[in-house]
Amino acid sequence: MVDDRTIPAASQTVNDFDGGPRGPKPQRAFSRKNVFLYGTLLMVTIYYAIPLYVMIVTSLKGLPEIRLGNIFAPPVEITFEPWVKAWAEACTGLNCNGLSGYFWNSVKITIPSVILSIIIASVNGYALANWRFKGANLFFAILIFGAFIPYQVMLYPIVIMLRELGLYGDLSGLVIVHTIFGMPILTLLFRNYFASLPEELFKAARVDGAGFWGIYFRVLLPMSLPIFTVAVILQVTGIWNDFLFGVVYTGPESYPMTVALNNIVNTTQGVTEYNVNMAATIITALVPLTIYFVSGKLFVRGIAAGAVKG
Amino acid sequence: MESSITIRDLELSFGAVEVLKNLNLDIGQGEFLVLLGSSGCGKSTLLNCIAGLLDVTDGQIFIQGRNVTWEEPSDRGIGMVFQSYALYPQMTVEGNLSFGLKNAGFSKSEIAERIDRAAKVLQIEPLLKRKPGALSGGQRQRVAIGRALVRDVDVFLFDEPLSNLDAKLRTDLRAEIKELHKRLRNTMIYVTHDQIEAMTLADRIAIMRDGKILQLASPKEIYNRPASKYVAEFIGSPSMNFFDGKIGENGQSFACDAGTFSLNGYQFGEGGAQDGTAWLGIRPEHIAVGTEAKTMPIQLEASVQHVEPLGSDTLVRVLIGDRRLWVRIDGQSEVADGDALNIGFDPAMANIFDKTSETRL
Repeated sequence: MVDDRTIPAASQTVNDFDGGPRGPKPQRAFSRKNVFLYGTLLMVTIYYAIPLYVMIVTSLKGLPEIRLGNIFAPPVEITFEPWVKAWAEACTGLNCNGLSGYFWNSVKITIPSVILSIIIASVNGYALANWRFKGANLFFAILIFGAFIPYQVMLYPIVIMLRELGLYGDLSGLVIVHTIFGMPILTLLFRNYFASLPEELFKAARVDGAGFWGIYFRVLLPMSLPIFTVAVILQVTGIWNDFLFGVVYTGPESYPMTVALNNIVNTTQGVTEYNVNMAATIITALVPLTIYFVSGKLFVRGIAAGAVKG
Repeated sequence: MESSITIRDLELSFGAVEVLKNLNLDIGQGEFLVLLGSSGCGKSTLLNCIAGLLDVTDGQIFIQGRNVTWEEPSDRGIGMVFQSYALYPQMTVEGNLSFGLKNAGFSKSEIAERIDRAAKVLQIEPLLKRKPGALSGGQRQRVAIGRALVRDVDVFLFDEPLSNLDAKLRTDLRAEIKELHKRLRNTMIYVTHDQIEAMTLADRIAIMRDGKILQLASPKEIYNRPASKYVAEFIGSPSMNFFDGKIGENGQSFACDAGTFSLNGYQFGEGGAQDGTAWLGIRPEHIAVGTEAKTMPIQLEASVQHVEPLGSDTLVRVLIGDRRLWVRIDGQSEVADGDALNIGFDPAMANIFDKTSETRL
């Protein structure tokens, strides 16, 4: 039988080749959507940028100029005196050596804490994601539960533990505390990342005869730069900005920079030197800021990689 | 035939879930065995057990006569090819091929020689310095096969290796795997849910369901004499047509709502003929139409409900009363919806399954 339906050819229905719209649809620069979108972005940017602007401007002014009261005005006479004073001469309680010594304290705390916590947590996450040993789920549950216990609860017990170990008031004690407290979130981060990598890759490596460390170092580690970047950023900023543990577990000689900053700002002898306070604050914040600027792109990629399977 | 892999009383459970149940299997030296089943039937799990990637709950696994139940995957003399290729992305093709050999402690010259040989066999010599990201799907899978090849293993395990490839490439690579098997004569176990892959590649097919092997036989045997209704439905597309009825007169006739068919010529299995309720199954390609139908022992009148031209042949869905049947006819025949159609078949080509046990009679 022959099909009696006829199918119209394209040219029969569409004859109009000229005049009608053709090619990409034109976009208006000042559409309502664009005004709203960029307006919002602009406002948020200003909201975040203004405090930074005030800090930078104030830190570059002399005290007489500050007393005029206009905090938004740019400095008439730029001076770097407050920065030098904050770094080398500002008084934190009794000694007046500025932030310099404490800066190095913070470096000595941050670097070993970051390295140690990331090494341990990445191996933890790898073992939890790939090897599924007996009790792995229980171990993981306990670890995650640990992340929800308020720090204040553990402050005093840890003081006692460090005292018994002879590490109280010492930098190494604080390094241990930071490493332990970084564990839950970092382990979760690494576990999820390794779990998102194809399982067959791990199986293939086992068939190829690679062991626990062989797979970790030669197969997984080279694929994990984004997540290590995320971990480094989280840890550097977290530990550098920490105040509570720093003030509790170290002594006046080994205070981290944040504690010293607090002391500078809170020390009142005569007039409050706003410009020095601002300079000191910016100096303290410089390390996390640099980290963000340098690794921003990798950071975003790593967060995305950890979140989406693929 | 000496056996290459022997599986004895294999059981595997995850908690309370039994995935593999008391499974026994003998695979001959140089045999190409396909594990076929729908997803969740335990076929990949079985393969992972043989590879040593999963610990078994009970039972034993022998490869080349050696009990490997507690051995590491790398010590079992197996190579495995995965669905997602599972190539190490940061290594070149050469690095991928040499990874296993380095772990096994081979000398540099030995490694180079083996890579050279495998690359020639698989025609991937120009790709050796590239990274997997710069390869096409087919090339990647070839490298993955190469990774098993360089290790000079006794047994190749394939876990749905072609499922990620497009249709054309799949056909090509399927033929290549068959070719490779002919050349190497290694034992190969191949997991798939694609019945065409199973039929074309296998020396024997093991059809699995719920952690058990339902039938283990040659592709022809499985197609012609499926052991159960499930197997009959699983193999063949469109699947077998069934009449729901009753066997009578000591296996001489089958009565159903479409009429009473003589079973003269039907070969009953070992159990012999049994009267009682049953399914009679006939494949779409074993139903004749038109003048040819007139020569068949069983003849029926049907009307055409729906036509699907495939080019080489045409699938026709016909109605007998309100029973639907698929019929496969020549691609050149002219059939239209609503036509009356004579159909017929030979009971020798049919399969009868007991209604309760669903096994072939």
